[in-house]
Amino acid sequence: MSGTPLPVAVVDYGAGNLVSIEQALTHVGAQPWRARRAAELANAAALIVPGVGAAGSAMARLRRSGLVDPIRDWIAADRPFLGICLGLQLLFDSSDEDGARTLGILPGVSRRLVDAPTLPHIGWNQVRRRRSHPLFDGLSDDADLYFVHSYVGAPTAAASDAILAETEHGRLFVSAVARSNLLGVQFHPERSGADGLRVLSNFVRLAATANARAA
Amino acid sequence: MLRRRVIPCLDVAGGRVVKGTRFVDLVDSGDPPELAARYADEGADELVFLDISAAPEGRSTLLDIVERTARRAFIPLTVGGGVRSVIEMRAVLRAGADKVSLNTAAVADPSLITRCARRFGSQAVVVAIDARRRADTASWEVVVRGGREPTGRDAVTWALEAVERGAGELLVTSIDRDGTRSGYDTELLRAISSRVPVPVIASGGAAGPEDFVAAVRDGGADAVLAASIFHQRLHAIADVKAAMQAAGLSVRAA
Repeated sequence: MSGTPLPVAVVDYGAGNLVSIEQALTHVGAQPWRARRAAELANAAALIVPGVGAAGSAMARLRRSGLVDPIRDWIAADRPFLGICLGLQLLFDSSDEDGARTLGILPGVSRRLVDAPTLPHIGWNQVRRRRSHPLFDGLSDDADLYFVHSYVGAPTAAASDAILAETEHGRLFVSAVARSNLLGVQFHPERSGADGLRVLSNFVRLAATANARAA
Repeated sequence: MLRRRVIPCLDVAGGRVVKGTRFVDLVDSGDPPELAARYADEGADELVFLDISAAPEGRSTLLDIVERTARRAFIPLTVGGGVRSVIEMRAVLRAGADKVSLNTAAVADPSLITRCARRFGSQAVVVAIDARRRADTASWEVVVRGGREPTGRDAVTWALEAVERGAGELLVTSIDRDGTRSGYDTELLRAISSRVPVPVIASGGAAGPEDFVAAVRDGGADAVLAASIFHQRLHAIADVKAAMQAAGLSVRAA
């Protein structure tokens, strides 16, 4: 990778702690900024949709900001994308949380965790990879990452190819997806210590490679 | 499997960590971000800052501390002490905190919990309950203002209401045990953890690693918080986690 920091747009739709994601991206050598409008995606080499909170209000805010179609177009063009937590759940068709229609990129529905001993699922948990992927380069097989959520994306069979990792809380749920340059994680890499920073650093490296290839 | 969390708590006043610390080799031993980063390196699963000055002029100092910490410690950070409104909570989150803990203000106006949860999500709202054991029965009363003021509320009832209103976690402190090094009040913890779906963080009374084990095993706590035993280097986070692991509890490698 060159010495130039990779420009990363972090979608800001008014929810969640963007400071920590920005600090973490800066720490791994990227150059993040907050994108509130479509025009602010123009110079980005990678796009991150973070987020906590409810799917319905998140989609409403994205719609108001005119960001829904630009995000869909970005992913359709196979440009580097990372959804974090709610940002992963929004990739599916809809959410049982307030019945929201979401981005519809991956076939499936976000549902409340079932049989969970505690809810929300808060804390460090293992992320079991179904296959090897460079997003997890440098992490041990039993690395713990930090989760805070009550809902999870449940892919249909049509999206089972995208399942990258699973985590157990009562039952197994999908904790990471990958389909070409589309990546999503249910945990918070920006709050998962050194291993989380490794995941973000891997994403930045993968994005840089994808951009170099596209150029 | 979800790990049980070990959480150092830093009491902050006037921009400094108060209660004695023994980080003798640090240039500036009372600097909160410095300590926070050190605990993160040592295996802390989360950090809590408690603003015990809670004076209006201390607020900007606190936000500065939160921001400097968020730049160095990439683990979850909760800030408590003196947050009385959605706007104040927003300022703390914007500085880089992940969660805010509400205490006295939530007791005075429980709708604060609802409003904060609606605006920022339940995952960002921790309700801190300070409880004192009643003399005659196996029940506990909620106390506020650092334990000085009784409220007449039953702690378990208040815990249920707080969750109903949107608390994503409960930080349960035994005022009887706080600072006494006589162990967590596991009966109080069990009385609450067995009744609520959300994670319960145990606080007040830690003397040694075996108390952390008891808080989880007997109290049903998901996370265990302590201040002075870490600050005074009486026990390392790694020692606490080793004891928990030896007792069959699931912890993240320190």
